[in-house]
Amino acid sequence: DQVLHIVPETFQQVQHLQQLCSTSLLDLWKPQLSEDILAGEDLHIRVPAPLVQEVKDSLDQHMISYKVLIGDVQELVDQSMPKERSSHWQVSEDYVYTQYHPMEEIYQWMTQIQKNNSELVTQHYLGKTIENRTMYYLQISQPSNKTKKIIWMDCGIHAREWISPAFCQWFVKEILQNYKSDPKISRFLQNLDLYILPVLNIDGYIYSWEKDRLWRKNRSPYMNGTCYGTDLNRNFNSSWGSIGVSYNCSSEIFCGSGPESEPETKAVAQLIERKKSDILCYLTIHSYGQYILTPYGSTTEPPSNSEELMYVAKEAAAALTGKYGTSYEVGSTALILYSNSGSSRDWAHTIGIPFSYTFELRDKGTHGFVLPPDQIQPTCEETM
Amino acid sequence: QDIDGVGPKYHLELVLEDVLHKDSTVNCTAEVLYHLGNTTAPDVQFTIEGEVKNTDEADNMFYNRTKSLEKELVGENIPDSHGNVSPEMEPVHLLAWVASGYVIWQNSTENTNFQLAQIKRVKQVKRSDEHLEFDYTILLHEMVSQEIIPWQMTVLWHPQHGVQVTQDSRQPKHA
Repeated sequence: DQVLHIVPETFQQVQHLQQLCSTSLLDLWKPQLSEDILAGEDLHIRVPAPLVQEVKDSLDQHMISYKVLIGDVQELVDQSMPKERSSHWQVSEDYVYTQYHPMEEIYQWMTQIQKNNSELVTQHYLGKTIENRTMYYLQISQPSNKTKKIIWMDCGIHAREWISPAFCQWFVKEILQNYKSDPKISRFLQNLDLYILPVLNIDGYIYSWEKDRLWRKNRSPYMNGTCYGTDLNRNFNSSWGSIGVSYNCSSEIFCGSGPESEPETKAVAQLIERKKSDILCYLTIHSYGQYILTPYGSTTEPPSNSEELMYVAKEAAAALTGKYGTSYEVGSTALILYSNSGSSRDWAHTIGIPFSYTFELRDKGTHGFVLPPDQIQPTCEETM
Repeated sequence: QDIDGVGPKYHLELVLEDVLHKDSTVNCTAEVLYHLGNTTAPDVQFTIEGEVKNTDEADNMFYNRTKSLEKELVGENIPDSHGNVSPEMEPVHLLAWVASGYVIWQNSTENTNFQLAQIKRVKQVKRSDEHLEFDYTILLHEMVSQEIIPWQMTVLWHPQHGVQVTQDSRQPKHA
């Protein structure tokens, strides 16, 4: 369908246009009524696709000049509205990794991913959210007789950071699509297991889709249900409640009623605690800011292995920049960002996980949390 | 550098990049002086080296198009949840960005870092003079507190006269 813009010059032209509209049942966008079409005034008509050519021919015949205002109405409609979501896909063939997906679809995606890659992928129960939704993580593990070290990555601890779960999904796809053909990835999997939690704060994520796009915390009720949400990244047991937090539920950085007061935090902490002697690296993905952050947020005292931590992070940042020129700053949270306590990254390091990083993905504030979908691919590619 | 009795002063050297034309950059040096007590906006002095791209054509097109609208322009949630901005709303979005820069400057301290998160609502206010006027409710994201702060601002614009924020006020966060 197209929308044409016409400015009739003579009364004759007006008459012809009025006739055209009524006989072809064209959709008048401006003015609303055929009687209101006037010489010298803007006329916008939507012409259904099958009639476009003959309408244009008729206009040409009558020497009525027109401009195409909208070349494809459907395209514009699609762009501005959430698409119809189909309920099955063959994952990695039909799943669109360059679009943001609601939680329902991410649950389905996880099931499909395991089904289609059962030799490598197992879906595991992690726990339940405060609103009783199930948390799952994916384990990507190449069968072998040796115990392997683990790399843990979680996404979506903050609801509004949509690029983060998008990255986790992308990451899983990349690994699974290329582990046979890419020597780096296959070597990786020979020696390491990957544990990926695509959405940590499920309730919050759903809330950001349905009610408030810029919601950050979980959906835990406080004060008799008059206030909601703990900042899960202030809720871990690392100098909990000491700095960079609020004890007030109405704040975005409310640390909860105590360390690990939230079921989401507890679920993650329990698993990591159990497996900590095998976990080599803890990664938590956020946005925005373009940083690779090292411990700690609660103090400027450097961690014991800070040289090594920084070295690895700098290498990562350089590799990232090498892809599209996106620059990432590297350093401890307390030094380059702001002070905070109770973060998952700090906690992971304090219990003994040597490499613990927070990634803050694109961008630097231009779009902030509302990163357009056309940036999903480059962001994910460079972060890979 | 701290200026006794007045406040901390910062000397900055930065590169400005044109958001619409990524390869167009310009060097800038600036001095920012924060006032103790944080009751007045920081003083800013700056110099720019080089030329900024000319936008007369796009400006005039937007100006003429908007001036000739029969009904006042309205919009909400720009960008939308997925980060998209319709082409007609692009100039309205850019204007909000510039105007929010003023609001951010007036409300910044050494411990704040504001970014424009989203335009919640925008409505054109028809004027009899040559200016275009827009009433915006924007959402500012403050990094340190992570808060989302609604802010109302009235913005005047004209291609030759530039942008002016004639009125602005912080809005209460609704429950």
